[in-house]
Amino acid sequence: MNLLWLQSGGCGGCTLSWLGGEHGPLFRVLADEGIELLWHPSVSEAGVDQACDLIAQCAGGQIAVDVLCIEGSLLRGPRGTGGFHRFGGAQPMIEWVRQIATRAQHVVAVGSCSSWGGITAAGMNPTDACGLQYDGEDVGGLLGPDFRDRRGLPGINVAGCPPHPDWITETLAALAHGRIGAQHLDDYGRPRFFADQLVHHGCPRNEYYEFKASAQKPSDQGCLMEHLGCGGTQAHADCNQRLWNGEGSCLRGGYACIRCTEPGFEEPGHPFETTPKVAGIPLGLPADMPKAWFIALAALSKSATPARVRENATADHQLRAPSVKRGRKRGFNEG
Amino acid sequence: MGTRRIVGPFNRVEGDLEITLDIADGQVAAAYVNSPMYRGFEQILQGKLPADALVLVPRICGICSVAQSAASALALADAAAIEPPRNGRLAANLTLATENLADHLTHFYLFFMPDFARADYAGRPWHAATVERFRATLGSAPNQVLPARARFMQMMGLLAGKWPHTLAVQPGGSTRPLQSSEIFRLHRSLREFREFLETVTFGARLEEIAALDSRASLDTWRTQRGGGDLRAFLAIAEDLDLWHLGRGTDRFMSYGCYGEGDRRLFPAGTWHAAAAALDIAAIEEDITHSWYAAAGLPQHPATGSTLPVAEKDGAYSWCKAPRLAGQVVETGALARQMVAGHALVRDMVAVGGGSVAARVVARLLELALVLPAMERWLAELTPGDPWCITGQTANETSGVGLIEAARGSLGHWITVRRGRIHNYQIVAPTTWNFSPRDSQGQPGALEQALAGLPASATEPLPAAIHHVVRSFDPCMVCTVH
Repeated sequence: MNLLWLQSGGCGGCTLSWLGGEHGPLFRVLADEGIELLWHPSVSEAGVDQACDLIAQCAGGQIAVDVLCIEGSLLRGPRGTGGFHRFGGAQPMIEWVRQIATRAQHVVAVGSCSSWGGITAAGMNPTDACGLQYDGEDVGGLLGPDFRDRRGLPGINVAGCPPHPDWITETLAALAHGRIGAQHLDDYGRPRFFADQLVHHGCPRNEYYEFKASAQKPSDQGCLMEHLGCGGTQAHADCNQRLWNGEGSCLRGGYACIRCTEPGFEEPGHPFETTPKVAGIPLGLPADMPKAWFIALAALSKSATPARVRENATADHQLRAPSVKRGRKRGFNEG
Repeated sequence: MGTRRIVGPFNRVEGDLEITLDIADGQVAAAYVNSPMYRGFEQILQGKLPADALVLVPRICGICSVAQSAASALALADAAAIEPPRNGRLAANLTLATENLADHLTHFYLFFMPDFARADYAGRPWHAATVERFRATLGSAPNQVLPARARFMQMMGLLAGKWPHTLAVQPGGSTRPLQSSEIFRLHRSLREFREFLETVTFGARLEEIAALDSRASLDTWRTQRGGGDLRAFLAIAEDLDLWHLGRGTDRFMSYGCYGEGDRRLFPAGTWHAAAAALDIAAIEEDITHSWYAAAGLPQHPATGSTLPVAEKDGAYSWCKAPRLAGQVVETGALARQMVAGHALVRDMVAVGGGSVAARVVARLLELALVLPAMERWLAELTPGDPWCITGQTANETSGVGLIEAARGSLGHWITVRRGRIHNYQIVAPTTWNFSPRDSQGQPGALEQALAGLPASATEPLPAAIHHVVRSFDPCMVCTVH
C-alpha cells in the first residue's frame, strides 16, 4: 500500500506528533506494516522539481495512490480561489487535493484541521478554512457530503490537535491490512478504536471527580471539570489510556481537555480554561448522563468528600496521604 | 539576458516554501523567497479573551509549539504584571529547552543531512557512507534518532502533558507540579539523552564540545578519533567548503532566553562587527513586497496590522519584512551564540563569516551547552514550593513576550481593549531570515545568502542551494501565521 501525504492550512504538528511514536522508528514500522511512503513533505528526499513531477503524476493518474493523507485545513479563500495556499507553482492546494482524492483508494484526514477545519477555522475564519468532508459539525467540507473513496468509504477522520501518533499509524496499518470498513468508523468518520472512548476514562484525577473535589487554579491537583474548563467527560478519545510522550496526557499535564478531537472545538463558546455554568451547575455534563442524576449525585458526593481528597484538591502537592489501616489481626493468606 | 525560474516546494523544511531565482551567467542574480501559505492567526486572535491565546498560538506551529506558548505566556504575564514563582520559571526553561534541543536534533538528522546522500555527490569519497547513514527515511541515522528523540520527548509527557500543543505553560508558571519521583524520572531521561549525544552525535563528552574555542581547535578535534556524526559532517564541510557557502548579512540578533535569577543563560543583544545592545523599539515590519494592505510606513509590531489582499503590485510573499533599525538581521543558533560570545562561534564567523557550516555547528554546539544547564535546572526544582500563581489581566493593557525558539528570535505583542484582544502581532524567527525585500529594496537574509550561487535555468537545482536554504532551519508555518 502506498501513501501520499500533503500538508495545507495547519501547523505540521500532526507530523511532529507522528514522528514521536514509541513503538520503534516510524519509517521501519511503516515498512513492516507494508506501507510505502510515496512522498511526505517533512521527511522525503525528493524535493522541488522531483516532488512536483511526482505529485502531478498522482493527480493525473499515472501513479495510482492507495492512501492520500491530508494534514491541515483546506483553505478555500480568498473568495473561493484557494489562493491562500498555492503549491508547486500557481495551482491552489485545494485543487491538488480534489484531483488526487477522486483517484485515491482511501482518503485520510490527519488531525482536526483536515477533519473539520479546526483551529485555522477559528474566530473570523479569515481563510474560509474547512475540513476534507466536514465544515465544523456539518458534513460537506471540500469534498462534499456525498464523497466516497474507491472502496466506498467516506473520508477517515483521525481527529485530534494533534492526534496521538498511534492513532495515525494504527489507522494506516488497518487500511494496509484491509481492516477498516464503515462499521469501524463512528458518526463523524473517526476510527472507533480510539473514538469509542472518552478522555475521562483512565483520568488520574478520577477520585477527585467522584467527589467533585475541584481544582480552583492551575497547578491544583483536583478535578478540572467544575471550574477549569475540562471537557474530558464528553471528548471522544483514549488519551488517558494510551498515554502521550511516555506518561503524559492533558489532564496529567494539569490542564483541561479542550475536546480537540471534536468538530468545532476551536469555538467552545466560553473561555477554554473556564467552565461555563448556569446557577453554579456546569453546562457541559458528562456524555450519556441525565442532568437531574448528575446534580443529585454531585450534591451527595460533595457532602461525602473525605477531608484528604478535599484538602489535596486545592494543593499542588499531597497534603494528606491515604491513611494506613491498622489493627488487622490476620493477613489475607492466613484466612 | 537572464531567465527566471520558480523552484519549490522545498521539502524537509517545516511548512511551505518556494523561491524564484533570476539566473544570469550561470549564477543566481537575484532570489525572491515566497512563503505561499497564509492562515491568519493574527486576525483569528482579534476579539478573543487574552487567556485563549494560550490555546491558539501554539497551534501556529507544530515544531515551535512550546516556543509560541512561552512567548504568549510572557506577553500575558507582562500585560498582567506578574512573574512565575521559581519552580514555574525552571519548568518553563526545561520545557522550552526540551523542544529546542529536540528541534536541533530533528533538523540535523531528518531535514539537513539527507541532502548529502543525494546522487549529486556520488563521486565524493564520503558519499557511500553518507548514503548508508543519512539517506532520508532509509539511513541508519534517522532510524536510530527517532527512538532516541521519542525517549527524550518523554520529558514533555512529564513536564507538559504532551507535545506538541500544551497548556502547561502559563503566564503565572506551570500547571504541572512535579514531585520527587517525577523529577527523578526526568533526570534519568536527560542522562539517557546525554549518553546518546555523547556516543552517537559527538563521540565526545558534551563538556569537551562546549569547550572548543576556535576553528583551529574544531579542526584539530575533527581529526581525533572518536567517531560521531558531527565529525562526519565536518569532513563533508571541509570537502565541499561549506565554510564559505551561504553567507548572509553577518548582522545577528538574539532576544535571549532561559532566565536564571536576574540573568539569562543566553543574553539578548545584537552583533555586527561588535556586540551591541538590542533596541526592541527599533523593530519594524515592512510590507512593501508582501500581500497585505499598505498601512503607510513600516510599523512597529506593537501597533502593527495584518490585512491580507489577494493581489498587490510588487508583492511576492505572505511573509512581512521585519527590520531592526532598518537593517536585515539573521537570527538562530548562530546568532544566539554570536551574541552570547561563545569563543568557537565568534571565531567561525571571524574566519569565514556566517556560513552553512557555521550555522550547523552552532546548532549542535547548543545541544552541548543547554543540556548541562537542564541538569542544573532539574536539580533546583523544589517540590512543595509553588509552581503557578494567578493574576488578573486588566481590561486595558498591553504586553510583549520575547523568546528564543530553536531557529531564532520569536516575539509576541498583545494589546488588550475592554478585556479582549485588540491586536496580537507575531514576528517569528524565519520571518526575519526569509523575509522578502523591503521598501528600500534590501533583500532578506536568505535572499542575500543565495545570490551569486551557481545555478542553471534547465539543469536540476544544485544541492548547494538546498544546503543554504536548510542551514537556516526554516519554519515556514511560523513565518506566516
